[in-house]
Amino acid sequence: MKLALWTYEGPTHVGAMRVATAMRDVHYVLHAPQGDTYADLLFTMIERRNKRPPVTYTTFQARDLGGDTAELFKTALHEAHERFAPSLMLVGASCTAELIQDDPGGLASSMGLPVPVVALDLPSYQRKENFGAAETFYRIVRTLCPATATSRQPRAVPGPKAARRPSCNLLGATALGFRHRDDVKELRSLIAELGVELNVVAPWEATPADVARIPQADFNVVMVPEVAHTAAQWLKREHGMPFTQTIPIGVKATWAFIDEVCGLAGIELTQDQRDKLQGMARSEWYAKSVDSTYLTGKRVFVFGDASHAVAAARVAAHEFGFTVVGLGTYSREFAREVREAAAEFGVEPLITDDHLEVEDQVRALQPELVLGTQMERHIAKRLGVPCAVISAPMHVQDFPARHAPQMGFEGANVLFDTWVHPLMMGLEEHLLHMFREDFEFHGDAQASHLPATATPNTAVADKPAVEPNATPALAGAAAQVAAQVAAPATVHAAQAAAPITAPGWADDAQRELAKIPFFVRGKARRNTERYAVERGMSLITLETLYDAKAHYAS
Amino acid sequence: VNAAIPIHALPDPTCNDAVLKQRGQREVFCGLTGIVWLHRKIQDAFFLVVGSRTCSHLLQSAAGVMIFAEPRFATAIIDERDLAGLADVQEEIDRVVGQLMSRRPDIKLLFLVGSCPSEVIKIDLARAAQRLSGKMLPRTRVLHYSGSGIETTFTQGEDACLSALVPELPSTDEANLLVVGALADVVEDQFLRLFDELGIGPVHVLPSRRADALPPVGPRTRLLVAQPFLADTVRALEARGAKRIPATFPLGAEGTTQWLKAAWDVFGQDATRFAAVVGPRRERAARSLARHRLDLQGKRVFFFPDSQLEVPLARFVARELGMQPLEVGTPYLHRGLLDAELPLLPRDVLLSEGQDVDRQLDRCLQQLPDLVVCGLGLANPLEAQGITTKWSIELVFTPIQGFEQAADLAALFARPFERRARLQASALPRHGFPEGQAA
Repeated sequence: MKLALWTYEGPTHVGAMRVATAMRDVHYVLHAPQGDTYADLLFTMIERRNKRPPVTYTTFQARDLGGDTAELFKTALHEAHERFAPSLMLVGASCTAELIQDDPGGLASSMGLPVPVVALDLPSYQRKENFGAAETFYRIVRTLCPATATSRQPRAVPGPKAARRPSCNLLGATALGFRHRDDVKELRSLIAELGVELNVVAPWEATPADVARIPQADFNVVMVPEVAHTAAQWLKREHGMPFTQTIPIGVKATWAFIDEVCGLAGIELTQDQRDKLQGMARSEWYAKSVDSTYLTGKRVFVFGDASHAVAAARVAAHEFGFTVVGLGTYSREFAREVREAAAEFGVEPLITDDHLEVEDQVRALQPELVLGTQMERHIAKRLGVPCAVISAPMHVQDFPARHAPQMGFEGANVLFDTWVHPLMMGLEEHLLHMFREDFEFHGDAQASHLPATATPNTAVADKPAVEPNATPALAGAAAQVAAQVAAPATVHAAQAAAPITAPGWADDAQRELAKIPFFVRGKARRNTERYAVERGMSLITLETLYDAKAHYAS
Repeated sequence: VNAAIPIHALPDPTCNDAVLKQRGQREVFCGLTGIVWLHRKIQDAFFLVVGSRTCSHLLQSAAGVMIFAEPRFATAIIDERDLAGLADVQEEIDRVVGQLMSRRPDIKLLFLVGSCPSEVIKIDLARAAQRLSGKMLPRTRVLHYSGSGIETTFTQGEDACLSALVPELPSTDEANLLVVGALADVVEDQFLRLFDELGIGPVHVLPSRRADALPPVGPRTRLLVAQPFLADTVRALEARGAKRIPATFPLGAEGTTQWLKAAWDVFGQDATRFAAVVGPRRERAARSLARHRLDLQGKRVFFFPDSQLEVPLARFVARELGMQPLEVGTPYLHRGLLDAELPLLPRDVLLSEGQDVDRQLDRCLQQLPDLVVCGLGLANPLEAQGITTKWSIELVFTPIQGFEQAADLAALFARPFERRARLQASALPRHGFPEGQAA
């Protein structure tokens, strides 16, 4: 048993529902008690779908358990087939039905339905939502794309002189996926731009007949490894179809993805094509433009599903100039990839599905930006740290009305906007705080644009060392002294957790501290106190403050 | 299953004895969902579901906003080691509870809540609760109930929880009034003030806000039931000698008046006082309903089963707002508790108990009602088909009982119409500035 206050992933059958709901002409009969229908509203409310998910729940009750729940399942399957007339049916059990072992697959095959039936065996007590989605998609592909004696032969790279244009499939997008709708659109147009034909998109809006056409393409583009990796591996083994490894999130990864696709398609881009694509990548220039200088070295903590977390960390470090201070995932299936990526940044990977552990980590690392899921957004909000959401689990806010992809060049533009915006907001908030204590603009002062009246401002002793009309950039420059005190490269959890008896502050040191801009003052205080504690000092003097600054700067 | 059992025509069809009973897919929550409001009501209680990842996912989906807090509920997720017998389930429960209590030493009452999987594999939560109580009393009392979907529908979870509390209530010989059912604090306080003004007392409420201040019960206790889904709780209280006062439920000006009047008829002394205390409140509530009545009169409304509040709600919209209920679906129809409500329903209403959601949707779409009251799984799909809907869950989570909330309740039915009217494209004004007005 495991104590869970909250979970990042739902149960396996919700993963299966994400695949079924993404597709057309499919119906899923789920052996389940009443109450499991709550999953419907994830789709109708969070994703605002205008149709019920194509799922029938058998709704067995306690009094059925002694009787014939198998018969109940067969009736539900029969009626669902009659009513919805799908061309493919999925059958399976939710966690409770798994325990009563009615064997939905066996029951369904005994009924001789005139459509293919895919039996889903999704171990609810061991695995989770993404496994359920991956397994479901794989089972559907396996059923609809049977391998033949010749299909296993590796394929020749089509090349530019092939009789027809090279073609690929786009695999992995589901219902209730993080920006899957927009990423499909983005990659669809990118693939078209490269001159590669898009054969099938699946499971997203695919019919079973579409899925059956998957082997007609030359190769597969795996958009969501969490969903499509298992199926892509099988298609490689049984149909000789190679597949892409790069997730095109960020400008650099998008170029790597383009090169990978071109390699698999056997084509080369013209300079004109490259120039046109380059023109879409606005985020690259935005990151270079001087107003972005203040992004340099921002300490960022990244957590999410494996592919989004790894991609986000790379974009943060290599495209926006942040410093990755923490990287983690709840996707144990892809823990290896995340460990490798963490090694790139020299950080300890955090592989956990316990949000309390994530919260402890964020607290200890004191990042300046959190890139995470909705849960990390709440954690960051509690800790007063700016945050942007980069990954499922899904929330109604993750389905914006506008086109907001994560992938491709437009996706990179979206990342720049959505990550930098909270930092800007954070800075504005700090400035507001700072001026609140300013000699001229403090809370009791009259607004400066109003005609002066009798009350003169009384000078505030601890005025900050920043001109009141400083722009954010200037405030940043003035803060550099303090920032060096305030920004050690890493704060180790063990150290942060160590009990600290705060030493006292001498008056002059206290006054000097007050001159440090508000938004780094807290950190300067903590670092100086830690410096003092580590050296067994009981009083912090002016000299201690600057000793600490020099210590952390070196 | 799924075969429609023919309408049971009983001797007097004018009394809504004809009830359509169907079995098939139910589109309802299980009893675990009650934890979402019960943990806010009983402020020192913790609810530990012994269940699966599905239970945990349901709770966090239903209680979306609780992500902002550290809520007083959690799930002990059963894993394959428990199922394979590699771990002793009772020891595992002890371990998880220990972990929990070290995090939350402030908890006075811990509910172990059974779920579908824990019921199917027959985890003995009674034994666990007894053992843990023995260890943790007097600091913390441990009780258990089942909120499983195989036994309970949505609000029945509260019934099961309150039933589990009944044996814990102290005994009394005093004549008192016990208001049964969780109400929003603001509503509860309004009622307590009214009872006070009426000179009715002592009055207690179940559930109480603190687990260490449970209300007393005894042979001279009279029960005034505030929620229609508490059949088991009432039965358990009756077994302790209490007697139920038959009454409507306190929804709307009329429903609230009759509810209070029922208590007055038992406890009241001064004959003029009821009119003096209740009269002005009732009038004010009725005035506040008038505007909504103008908007809602004659609208045809269809209730999908959800919380068992459907019958009193249909009575309210029909009698106080002039709406016309077509079908009133309810997960269970407890005739006993609804004895004062059923005769007030319009005669031509189709009452349905249980659910076969596909067939019910067929009936609904055939009748094209003006308003459908349904769960969140059905609302957007129906809206997409052009049907105006009201989420039934809001009727459970919003304070709707009592005089002061009567208009709020009416507004819940009126707002979908108002919204639709606002969004319905009236012709756009002509573009540009009118001539001669440019600067």
